[in-house]
Amino acid sequence: MTALLRLDAVAKIYPGQRGLFHKSPDVRAVDGVSLVVEAGRTLGVVGESGCGKSTLGRLALGLERPSEGRVEFDGAAMPPPGSDAWRRLRARMQLVFQDPLGALDRRLTIARQIEEPLVIHGIGDAAARRARVAQLLIDVGLGENLAARHPHALSGGQRQRAVLARALATDPALLVCDEPVSALDVSIQAQVVNMLIDLQKARGIAMMFISHDLKVVRQVSDTVAVMYLGRIVEQGEADQVLAAPQHPYTRALVSAVPTPGRTARERIVLVGDPPNPAARPSGCAFHPRCPVAIAACAVETPILRAMPDGRSVACHLAQPNMDLAA
Amino acid sequence: MSDLVLPARAQPNSAARRRRMPIAVAIAITWLAAVLFVAIFADWLRPFGITALDLRARLTPPVGFGGSWAHALGTDELGRDVLSRLLVSIQMSLRIAFGATIIAAVFGTTMGFLAAHFRGWVEQIVLMLIDFQASMPFLILALSVLAFFGNSLLLFTCLLGLYGWERYARISRGLAIAANAQGYAAAIRQLGAKPMRIYLGHVLPNIASTLIVSATLSFPEVVLLESGLSFLGLGVQPPMTSLGNMVGYGREYLTRAPWILLTPSTVIVLTTLAVSLLGDWLRDRLDPTLG
Repeated sequence: MTALLRLDAVAKIYPGQRGLFHKSPDVRAVDGVSLVVEAGRTLGVVGESGCGKSTLGRLALGLERPSEGRVEFDGAAMPPPGSDAWRRLRARMQLVFQDPLGALDRRLTIARQIEEPLVIHGIGDAAARRARVAQLLIDVGLGENLAARHPHALSGGQRQRAVLARALATDPALLVCDEPVSALDVSIQAQVVNMLIDLQKARGIAMMFISHDLKVVRQVSDTVAVMYLGRIVEQGEADQVLAAPQHPYTRALVSAVPTPGRTARERIVLVGDPPNPAARPSGCAFHPRCPVAIAACAVETPILRAMPDGRSVACHLAQPNMDLAA
Repeated sequence: MSDLVLPARAQPNSAARRRRMPIAVAIAITWLAAVLFVAIFADWLRPFGITALDLRARLTPPVGFGGSWAHALGTDELGRDVLSRLLVSIQMSLRIAFGATIIAAVFGTTMGFLAAHFRGWVEQIVLMLIDFQASMPFLILALSVLAFFGNSLLLFTCLLGLYGWERYARISRGLAIAANAQGYAAAIRQLGAKPMRIYLGHVLPNIASTLIVSATLSFPEVVLLESGLSFLGLGVQPPMTSLGNMVGYGREYLTRAPWILLTPSTVIVLTTLAVSLLGDWLRDRLDPTLG
């Protein structure tokens, strides 16, 4: 498999407020993240709120310039946002938003909005575009009678389908889904996720699926990257990482997913403050909440090390084949 | 799902409400249509020239107050027909007010979009100009400009166009920034659209209702400002006439011939009221999600 998108030690730093007498620290929203999205495969990005998932998605799409590091799409460096080359590249990479109502122009009909990317990139004539819009509506499971509706006359699931149809209009090679289903209720979530998987299989799209919902990520992803405070703490095949997590943070996340037939006592409850990117703990950022932290964790920052089974873990205690259940 | 049920129940109600136009709005539209008609066809409608003197019939009262149908609204101190002058005044005042409102809206919205798009120092300069404009007593600015550059209709219209542009700039800047940060403008930008397409094709239609309402609210102010400046002798110069000009020259005969002053005043009041009513109603009407 070829790497479609490659992030190399990418960091995004938002400068802190500089007052006359004080200076709040810079926020390292994303800090030295390297990952690869292969053509036609799905990378799930997991983490709690504020860990830099969405920023990572925006960096991957080139919507923001990384402060450090390098983003490559299809073997070439990402052009700066707003340039012509960047604009042309939009046809090949698309973003699916968390809030479909906000992402749609409420004054235009659904059909017009799905047609928009085709018009922008000058694809086809009017008749061809109309045919394409009709096909896209069928693909995402929206009835023809909805084409002339305005966004506010659709339900949440229908809106997200319309957003998806718009994103697919130019046949992109990469789709970044930023919490695409977390605004929908559970029954609709399953429908949209299944549709997403089907469309991806049929079209061979590479996906970066950003979510805090492990169940959905497990269903969608081939590989998974777990983020904590802007860094990847564990990365590998989805089945491995989510079935037998090695990093203590991943363990806590996985144990928080309710599974039928398991007693509540097995759950690892994290103590301490939720992560604050502006006040990063020393050493391993997770050590204040880590149930198995040792003295070295507060001093030395663990790096992402490859394990024999193919995954990488950033933890001092992660040893090949070692069981961390302490 | 609950959000499927609610619109279905609210729909007939709101549709009926939207179809029924309030009677006051209907009257306002009728009045504005009449005023527009007069403004366009004033030169065919007026029975006399605006400078045609009838010295034997000076200060004739209107019909019903002792006057005759020869001068339906009476005559002024020089025996000029008030009705003819009123029709031409409406034409002149509307031309200035429309011109000035359009100039202010276009200029202000452009500045607002520029600020929202470039941010940084461009935005700082625009904000500085906005504050400068808002803190400047407009009458003094108008007095000095007209004193320095003399008086022409074009200059006068442009000067009034300067009045109130900062409101459009504030509105369009704020709404464009909001749309850029999250929402449809960010989504369209992400699709690869050029800035012109984003701002003219998406942001402008979305904020148009707010801008139109703002325009209808400031239109009466421009009419009044024109009247005020003309009243002070700075606006439209004789022998041309405008509503404010008529009021200004009519005040000397307020006790002896009040109709010279009262007829243009009535037109000013009714027109500004009509535009305000219309604007109020349009605000509700133009929002597709309302109701």
